[in-house]
Amino acid sequence: MGLSTVAPLWGAPGLLLTIALHLALYLRPAQAWAPVHRDYCVLGAGPAGLQMAYFLQRAGRDYMVFERAPVPGSFFTRYPRHRKLISINKRYTGKTNAEFNLRHDWNSLLSHDPRLLFRHYSDAYYPDANDMVRYLSDFAERLGLHVLYNTTIAHVTVNKDRGAWNGHYFILTDHRGQAYQCSVLLVATGLSVPNQVDFPGSEYVDGYESVSVDPKDFEGQNVLILGRGNSAFETAENIFSVTNFIHMLSRSRVRLSWATHYVGDLRAINNGLLDTYQLKSLDGLLESDLTDLAIVKDHKGKFHITLKLFMEEFFNQSSDAIPLPQDNNDNFAMRVAYDRVIRCLGWKFDFSIFSKSLRLSSGSELSEKYPLVRASYESKGSRGLFILGTASHSVDYRKSAGGFIHGFRYTVRAVHRLLEQRHHGVAWPSTEHPITHLASAIIRRINEASGLYQMFSVLADVVLLKENATTFEYLEEFPMQMLAQLETITGKRARHGLFVINMEYGRNYSGPDKDVFFSDRSVGHMEDAWLSNFLHPVIYYYRHLPTEQEVRFRPAGWPLPRPSALHHVVEDFLTDWTAPVGHILPLRRFLENCLDTDLRSFYAESCFLFALTHQKLPPFCQQGYLRTQGLVGTESLRQHGVESGLLWDSATMGQNQGASDQRPGDHGPGGHPLAPGPPVSPFNSNKEEL
Amino acid sequence: MMPSSFSVFRAGISFVMMCIFYTSAVDSPELSPQTFFSTLQPGKATLVYFCQAESPRTSMFLEELNEAAKPLQDYGISVAKVNCVTEETSRYCGSEKDLIKAYLFRGNIPLREFPTDTLFDVDAILAHVLFALLFNEVKYITTLGDLQNIENALKGKRNIAFSYVRAIGTPEHRAVMEAAFVYGTTYQFVLTTEIAVLESIGPEDIEYPHLYFFYCKQVLDLTQPCRRILMKQSLTTLNIHRFIKTMEAPLLTEVAGDPTQVSTVHLQLGLPLVFIVGQQATYEADRTTAEWVAWRLLGKAGVLLLLRDSLEVDIPHDTNVIIRRAEEDTQVEFLALSHIDLIVFHLESTMNVEEMVKYEDMAELNIEIQDDEVEETVYRDRKRQLPLELTLELTEETFHATVTASDSIVLFYAGWQAVSMAFLQSYIDVAIKLKGTSTMLLARVNCADWSHVCTEQNVTEFPVVKMYKEGQNPVSYTGMLGTEDLLKFIQLNRISCPVNITSVQEAEEYLNGELYKDLISYSSMSVLGLFSPTMTRAKEEFTEAGSYLKGYVTTGIYSEEDVLRLSSKYTVTLPALLLARHKEGKIESIPLVNVHVHDIVQIITNASLETFPEITVENLPTYLRLQKPLLILFSDGGIDLQHEKTILRLAKKKYLDSVTPCWLNLKKTPVGRGVLQAYFGTLPPLPLLVVVNLHSGGHVFAFPSDQAVTKQNLLLWLKKLEAGLESPIKVLPAQEWKPPLPAYDFLSMMDAAASEHLARKVPECIKETDMHESDKEQPDDKSAITEESIGTSKMKHSSRSSWLEEIKKPLSSP
Repeated sequence: MGLSTVAPLWGAPGLLLTIALHLALYLRPAQAWAPVHRDYCVLGAGPAGLQMAYFLQRAGRDYMVFERAPVPGSFFTRYPRHRKLISINKRYTGKTNAEFNLRHDWNSLLSHDPRLLFRHYSDAYYPDANDMVRYLSDFAERLGLHVLYNTTIAHVTVNKDRGAWNGHYFILTDHRGQAYQCSVLLVATGLSVPNQVDFPGSEYVDGYESVSVDPKDFEGQNVLILGRGNSAFETAENIFSVTNFIHMLSRSRVRLSWATHYVGDLRAINNGLLDTYQLKSLDGLLESDLTDLAIVKDHKGKFHITLKLFMEEFFNQSSDAIPLPQDNNDNFAMRVAYDRVIRCLGWKFDFSIFSKSLRLSSGSELSEKYPLVRASYESKGSRGLFILGTASHSVDYRKSAGGFIHGFRYTVRAVHRLLEQRHHGVAWPSTEHPITHLASAIIRRINEASGLYQMFSVLADVVLLKENATTFEYLEEFPMQMLAQLETITGKRARHGLFVINMEYGRNYSGPDKDVFFSDRSVGHMEDAWLSNFLHPVIYYYRHLPTEQEVRFRPAGWPLPRPSALHHVVEDFLTDWTAPVGHILPLRRFLENCLDTDLRSFYAESCFLFALTHQKLPPFCQQGYLRTQGLVGTESLRQHGVESGLLWDSATMGQNQGASDQRPGDHGPGGHPLAPGPPVSPFNSNKEEL
Repeated sequence: MMPSSFSVFRAGISFVMMCIFYTSAVDSPELSPQTFFSTLQPGKATLVYFCQAESPRTSMFLEELNEAAKPLQDYGISVAKVNCVTEETSRYCGSEKDLIKAYLFRGNIPLREFPTDTLFDVDAILAHVLFALLFNEVKYITTLGDLQNIENALKGKRNIAFSYVRAIGTPEHRAVMEAAFVYGTTYQFVLTTEIAVLESIGPEDIEYPHLYFFYCKQVLDLTQPCRRILMKQSLTTLNIHRFIKTMEAPLLTEVAGDPTQVSTVHLQLGLPLVFIVGQQATYEADRTTAEWVAWRLLGKAGVLLLLRDSLEVDIPHDTNVIIRRAEEDTQVEFLALSHIDLIVFHLESTMNVEEMVKYEDMAELNIEIQDDEVEETVYRDRKRQLPLELTLELTEETFHATVTASDSIVLFYAGWQAVSMAFLQSYIDVAIKLKGTSTMLLARVNCADWSHVCTEQNVTEFPVVKMYKEGQNPVSYTGMLGTEDLLKFIQLNRISCPVNITSVQEAEEYLNGELYKDLISYSSMSVLGLFSPTMTRAKEEFTEAGSYLKGYVTTGIYSEEDVLRLSSKYTVTLPALLLARHKEGKIESIPLVNVHVHDIVQIITNASLETFPEITVENLPTYLRLQKPLLILFSDGGIDLQHEKTILRLAKKKYLDSVTPCWLNLKKTPVGRGVLQAYFGTLPPLPLLVVVNLHSGGHVFAFPSDQAVTKQNLLLWLKKLEAGLESPIKVLPAQEWKPPLPAYDFLSMMDAAASEHLARKVPECIKETDMHESDKEQPDDKSAITEESIGTSKMKHSSRSSWLEEIKKPLSSP
């Protein structure tokens, strides 16, 4: 509102005055009635905020990042408390493909600058958190990102305005009272509030955020840790060699990341306590609902576990009078007195600065620590408000990597692509190819794409078929739950069918109680590909874009609605899906049957023969040979072709008439010598009813 | 446990049903509860069905039950249905409208209640009823420990038939139960649905149900395990019967008679006989061998020991094994096998032929056979070492420095992509040909390794060839992916395009081919644009057209002050094009009027086409673009000069404008034979003139072989063709190119597995129930079905618990 409407008044006093006014306006503390406008405001200069800033910067957008601390990534200046990051910094993969290598780089942000890869910042496989801080500073500085440090946004509200992109502006007010008016608000504040459980005696508990990290402080002590996540185990790992024992108490059983395939569950690097527990070294794990418990401090300053129930009955009594479970149940597991109780229950999103008018609410029970967002990361309450980074994890909580750098760097890019289309008419980036390149385009992506691999079952590639399916458009890393809204989000048309390329673990393979080492866990034969357990590519074919209803009411356990046809590329021990017969051939057959055409490649000589003996040519000859781009081949290849029986033998050609039916030249439409049986029924024609 | 008492009550078993409004035709007696209970005979088993109302659900069940009545009767079990008349409700009737209940009674004592959805078909009904009645004969176990206990208990006493079925109520379960009905007194049957038990026994594929025969009776030393024989055939009543029969047969029989006359139970069961031919002198060793073979073939064939000495008939001297098959028309085989394994192998390999047929969905197998010629040839060639070092491999680090430092051609390919790997070979061939002669650097980037370089260079499909020249935008090669065409492209790119001609003298040398002698073999035509110095725009357009044609046609530009000397020499007004055809030594002139880049390119491209070209694999597409029928002269070797002359003359007089005249040299383009064969079915005498109308109708016409190719004959024939008076010798097929083979239908496989999973759900519940407990119950105990946990455990899976509650209530006899 401010500047633009006021400006005409300044027209009269002349140039000098205008400049002076301008300066004055900038220099004096701004007031709420004169907010600074930005198209994009990013809250938080952590990894997600910086990642978004990078994309906005590259696109030349008007944006500003607001950061409370004097440096980027301030979370990492304090956390993790024991300083060892558990995100993998894998510097060697034996491959040079930079895109592939990002599959195994969990710390780098996306940029065009190869110097900004995390492996240049640390040699450690599990790097030190200080290196992350240094990396993020470099990232912001080297790329010249616009970050306003030392600026605490204290309040965010919304102002209706018909002229605004989304019908309203977001008004941010910082600690100095300066207001900022933003068309789009990108919240990347992470999870900053430690989770606490309220129970009698919770005041005696040390929080993870402040507990001592010096093992000396725990020597010879009985320690109880509340929680069973990575921070709990990280804390235990640091002290379990000097304590008498550690008991770990949590509501539900421990979830091991290698069994659940979810990186947020307990990582093996932190699981020393499991070892000592199961090897009967006094440490132990217990499951109980923390909200039922109470902690009583006795006259010696030791802590006893009792039930909240008992506390209520004996309210106001001296602590020694409060009954303990062992009074009735003398083998109660936690009857021992503890010297310390440590709370390691994780963090939740800070809702406090957001005005009610933003309607930013928390998610369901499972993900109540996160704000509620759509699969496009846009808040359900206000259009134009997006949640990025760790706080956006409700979309794929306990499923994929969206809560972690190696996952949200891609979801941030997806949000940016959505914004480019929505506000600047820049369609989702895509490449267009002749249909004969479809199998190759898919093979290339499933072998190198890092976004598909990290954000499996969240981001998927989409192939949009053009009319008559002679060409296709390839779109990368689309949030697959938004498939029904694909046309609006990408600015592309999906009228002639589409493929969705996803990566999936086998159904029923992952889970906290699953044996992921059972003996028949892997399949090798392509016919069994649908039984693959390890992460493998799955391709969905839809004749029509699914509707929102179909996506919402998809079959249980399916990432997408039931497709017209489905293909699994068989899992591969090396995650290398380039085997000609094992991987590429079944994929080609699938695509052929979906598109009802022949996608084989042919040498120019075969195309020549077809051109003179058929009225129609296979797509490869049409799109290559007829455009004078036929594949000529060499003599040695020809020789192999003749030996394999797939190519004409010019020496005997025309002489052995009886064998003419077996000739590849007759492979043509309708009469394949290898398939004399029932006519092929492509997916395209007969699966309508399914 | 009590085989004798078992057979007593088996004599009288019946199966009862109850129903009120039962209208469909069930043959079994329909009774009211009152009359029903009075008809129950002591000791006789009855399956009773009680029903309140008719509903689709009940009628389906009744149909199945109806069908099951007959086989049940065979086992002495009667089936009855009971009308639950409202005024005299029996407790069995239940209260709800579409309630379905079936009970198994022995005498008037209820043995078991079945939720009718466990009795979903005839197999399930039989399996469940027999299972309930034969609980002593068939031990249900869930752990390996249970099996071992039974095994240990029966050592030295009885043999065991142990089977794994995927679920209770399946056809294979029925088969096992039916076998148990017959053999249950002789052998101890043990049943499990736990795959883990099976896994701990044998390494066999556990996909399908199994039956093992445990030889425990002969085991006297309790520490010895019972010998186990797996039945290889599928679990059907007949197969099990056959299998058990062979288990009962003596392991090894010694015979002395003619092997063609000997008969054992095996032959009657359709199994082959294997004779091990031995002799008295080596009797002990021969017998050991024969026993070993007998164990190996137990259940698959009968093994006999035949002593040559005792034999009256002659058998071939070196024969050591004789196989006689059960099929009547098969010959007795006399074999000389070097190793005993070969006996088994020989027998099984020939037996399997029959079994293989089941799997022999040939189309299924072919799905996995490569039918892409490029993929297959590249794959077959994968082990050949290419001289890759002749081209420079570029990386992310070296790419930019290299292409900016020198003029380079770069091939972008992917190591896994067959088409680009096939082209890589041609590319290497180019490098071999250019070795040491070219200033152009030949380089390559494997996009599988250097993805970012390729993306940055806008390479998103493979293969792509780009030429990088200093100060110019990279140019993509769009010609044929072969050695010759790429070589031509590289060579023609040595000169700038258009080349700037500076004097009339030079222009003449350019036009007569002297200037770029070595390039003439690559470009048979040179184009010279003539412009007066002031024609800036026209020059620009021409220059752009020239750079567009770069690498395909040689172009030059002359616009000095004395350009009029040339234009007057070739009698053309400026601006103009001069086309020099080096082969024919002719120079044509074309005035350029008001033309744009696109038109100039079109003019030059059209001009580069020959009037009567030799058609080749490489140039056919160029001529097909004219969209005219092809008039092809097929020739075995060089062209007949007389024919050439005739056609050229006709062409010159524009008589052939409606077709594209061309000729094909079978020596140079051998694939032409394939074309002829497609037209004629056989190779006709050559030369031969054909018109192929590819663009409309696909008609092929052959010039009559009895006519000479003369001007008149040819013209007349073409006229007739145009008039539609000739009939085609062949109409080319017009079908679309469909998928050569089907793909795996994973959706259907998943559906099949899902429905199987559903079917298994019921039996899974049974697994949870404690079968041993009910085993221990005395058959006549009233509480036998008090804890019918089929129902209770099912509740975990089903919310339809209201009527299941009923089941939990203890039943007592009325």
